[in-house]
Amino acid sequence: MKFVQNIFDQTRPLVEKDGKRNIFYPLHNAIETMAFVPNHTAHSGAHVRDAIDLKRTMVTVIFAMVPALLFGMWNIGRLHYGAFGEESTLIDNFLFGALKMLPLITVTYAAGLGVEIFFAWKRNHAVNEGFLVSGLLIPMIMPVDIPLWMVAVSTIFAVLIGKEVFGGTGMNLLNPALTARAFAFFAYPTWMSGDQVWINTKGEEGAQLVDGYSGATAMGDLATTVGQGMDNPATNAVMAEFGADGTYSLLNAFLGLIPGSIGETSALLILLGGLFLVFKGVGSWRIMLSFFIGGLVMAGIFNLFAVNEFMGLNPIHQLMLGGFMFGMVFMATDPVSASQTETGKYIYGFLAGFFGIMIRVFNPAYPEGIMLAILFMNVMAPLIDHYVVEANIKRRAKRLANA
Amino acid sequence: MSQSFKIRKGHNIKLVGDAPKNDLGNVSSTTYAVSPLDFPGITPKLAVKAGEKVQAGDVLFFDKDRPEVKICSPVSGEVAEVKRGAKRKILQVVVLADSAITYASHGSFDLKSGDRGAAADHFAKTGVGALITSRPYGVVAGMSEEPRDIFVNGVQSGPLAGDLAYQIEGKDAEIAAAIEALALMTTGKVYVSQDADAPSIAALNHEKATALTFSGKHPKGLVGSQIAQAAPINKGDIVWTVNAIDLPVIGRAFLKGEYAPQYKVVVAGSKITKPGYATITQGANLASFIGSHVNTDNTRIIAGDVLTGTQIEATGFLSFGQSQITAIPEGNQTEFFGWVLPGFGKFSTNRAFWAWLFPNRKYDLDTNLHGEERAFVVTGEYDKFIPMDIFPQQLLRSILIGDIEKMEQLGIYEVVPEDFALAEVACTSKLPLQEIVRNGLNDLRKEMI
Repeated sequence: MKFVQNIFDQTRPLVEKDGKRNIFYPLHNAIETMAFVPNHTAHSGAHVRDAIDLKRTMVTVIFAMVPALLFGMWNIGRLHYGAFGEESTLIDNFLFGALKMLPLITVTYAAGLGVEIFFAWKRNHAVNEGFLVSGLLIPMIMPVDIPLWMVAVSTIFAVLIGKEVFGGTGMNLLNPALTARAFAFFAYPTWMSGDQVWINTKGEEGAQLVDGYSGATAMGDLATTVGQGMDNPATNAVMAEFGADGTYSLLNAFLGLIPGSIGETSALLILLGGLFLVFKGVGSWRIMLSFFIGGLVMAGIFNLFAVNEFMGLNPIHQLMLGGFMFGMVFMATDPVSASQTETGKYIYGFLAGFFGIMIRVFNPAYPEGIMLAILFMNVMAPLIDHYVVEANIKRRAKRLANA
Repeated sequence: MSQSFKIRKGHNIKLVGDAPKNDLGNVSSTTYAVSPLDFPGITPKLAVKAGEKVQAGDVLFFDKDRPEVKICSPVSGEVAEVKRGAKRKILQVVVLADSAITYASHGSFDLKSGDRGAAADHFAKTGVGALITSRPYGVVAGMSEEPRDIFVNGVQSGPLAGDLAYQIEGKDAEIAAAIEALALMTTGKVYVSQDADAPSIAALNHEKATALTFSGKHPKGLVGSQIAQAAPINKGDIVWTVNAIDLPVIGRAFLKGEYAPQYKVVVAGSKITKPGYATITQGANLASFIGSHVNTDNTRIIAGDVLTGTQIEATGFLSFGQSQITAIPEGNQTEFFGWVLPGFGKFSTNRAFWAWLFPNRKYDLDTNLHGEERAFVVTGEYDKFIPMDIFPQQLLRSILIGDIEKMEQLGIYEVVPEDFALAEVACTSKLPLQEIVRNGLNDLRKEMI
């Protein structure tokens, strides 16, 4: 690998402080430290260090996302060909999805890293690894047909306003990926909700959509049942889709064979990623578990007092739909925007899951309540931590008083 | 009657090159050096000039603010040089040793009838008072303070730590005298801790001491963890801490009136060609010893252990208060895509590398940071290594923003830098935690005095 090292060594003078291309220093440094773990040694304190660094942590999260990502690509193709009633192989589906997904990923990374590198240069620090994960999360929570420029604008907004104005990775209040989605959701609502955007229906010329085609998501369909009461003939047709043989059956929802944001549909593969993260010690099991319980409790309460079919949906089924699982595993667990104390994590996770289901069911205009609930809890997390830490301070003060 | 505690948080870092009970003999040296930098919390004022004759136990320098804090010469001879750095800061006082050491006699101390004042005076004038650390702040104790309690730490659990029983064997009378002397200094208790996972050391049991035993993982051998379990420090408390390995030196000063800081130093690490125990007087120049016992090719030599020790040159001196010499490889090499590889052979306290499959493996660790410094990102990481009722990350943040009130509220009085050493090793963001805590304590002390 000597020749690779030589390339970095030869180009370094150009980008160093007095070099002509200093603006590229963060980029140079980012690529170099990615290729080679640097030769920095401990100069203060402990003389030996753990092999882990932020790159390792972040790449572990990326590994955890890969199954859901690949499934999402395949699902794009499957839904597309399904809409036209065309036969397609696994490879067809996957290739179609990959062609849709790769531009999204590329644009997100280019936009986000552009902002990151600019700030790294301005502030004279290295490019942080946080965006490696955010940059993959953002395309996974977008509808397939969203125009690329909207993704770029949302990403730039998220990195700039969601992160850099607070001081960069580690200082941000909100989860950057969710900030991007929230921005897109409110700025371009027609591209982010409804029944037109979740399945790509731009077929070849002359191709006809199959009879009875609907591009809606489970969330969208459920929202139509609100205000109709239980056992209404008008809603029975919708609810039939949630039965064992319907499009949104529990099994389909669990496996992910339903329309939705690209990466969010397969509860199974997301859960697999979640288990991987917990096992690796990178994702907080406290947040995931309490988030799930919080959602389950809220869905259970709704189920008990159901006045419409949305509320009456089986709680487990409820949790398998929409962005709940994805939010639980990949969004709520962002260590920077979540609660930072271990006790706080239980409270934060529980409330995020609880409010997520509440917003989703009570306000059908926002079928994706999970996103809003997590962002809301991101804002509340410092308050939770404050009380947890305050309890420790009080305990110490009490010990002093009793001494 | 002893109280037992189990330390569940922490991690034992297993390194190759541990020392067998192999006597490497006496290490003699022609020059000895004492560095004021090894004494946190003092502003040195010289008591000698270059060319002056000193005996072992004569004062070399003392603290400007607390003149009773005296640092004495470990050997007799002639002051060869006072090395200074920028702004004439004193870096080292070097003594050219006589071939036969003569001791300044401060007279033996009558432990039966002595009182606190006399004992304090004896601690100060013989120089052994400098072996006592005072908390909060983790500084050299001033003899005018009245400590709530005194903790004697008889647990050595750091990486490649020596066998304490072997290091202090045959010094029972001195140890007993030292514990009695310490008991005179406080109206509270003298706690003496022992490792429950190692054979008990009879000499450390004393009627005037309260015995504590600790089992479990490192940092059971950090006195900070022990205090937190047995009797946590509150705001306003002063607690003294002493390492059990220093007791023979203190005892000799009380029995014979002599200052003879000689230790059976454990010499360990993968770069040591012949690990074992060498008898070394504190401050000794180690050049010839290192030359014959250490493979110095790209090596970091540390006085102390890899967690809290100080780096020394191959021609350097044994730092004050250290009874361990560790030598490990420098890690000044790059690693191609090291952060993506599975890492079956990589040391990590975290399961992100597959090396967790082999929990009992011993590692030949080098000094590489394995990454670049970042902001705090991962949370809950430090808590796993600090067995105290504190919030480490929040405390560190309060130090970084200089919020004295928050530091106090969050328990800065309970910690010293070494308590953060393991967390520093594990830190994903490669932050200098010990340095941050030291700066916080210094700022706080400045504010309070």
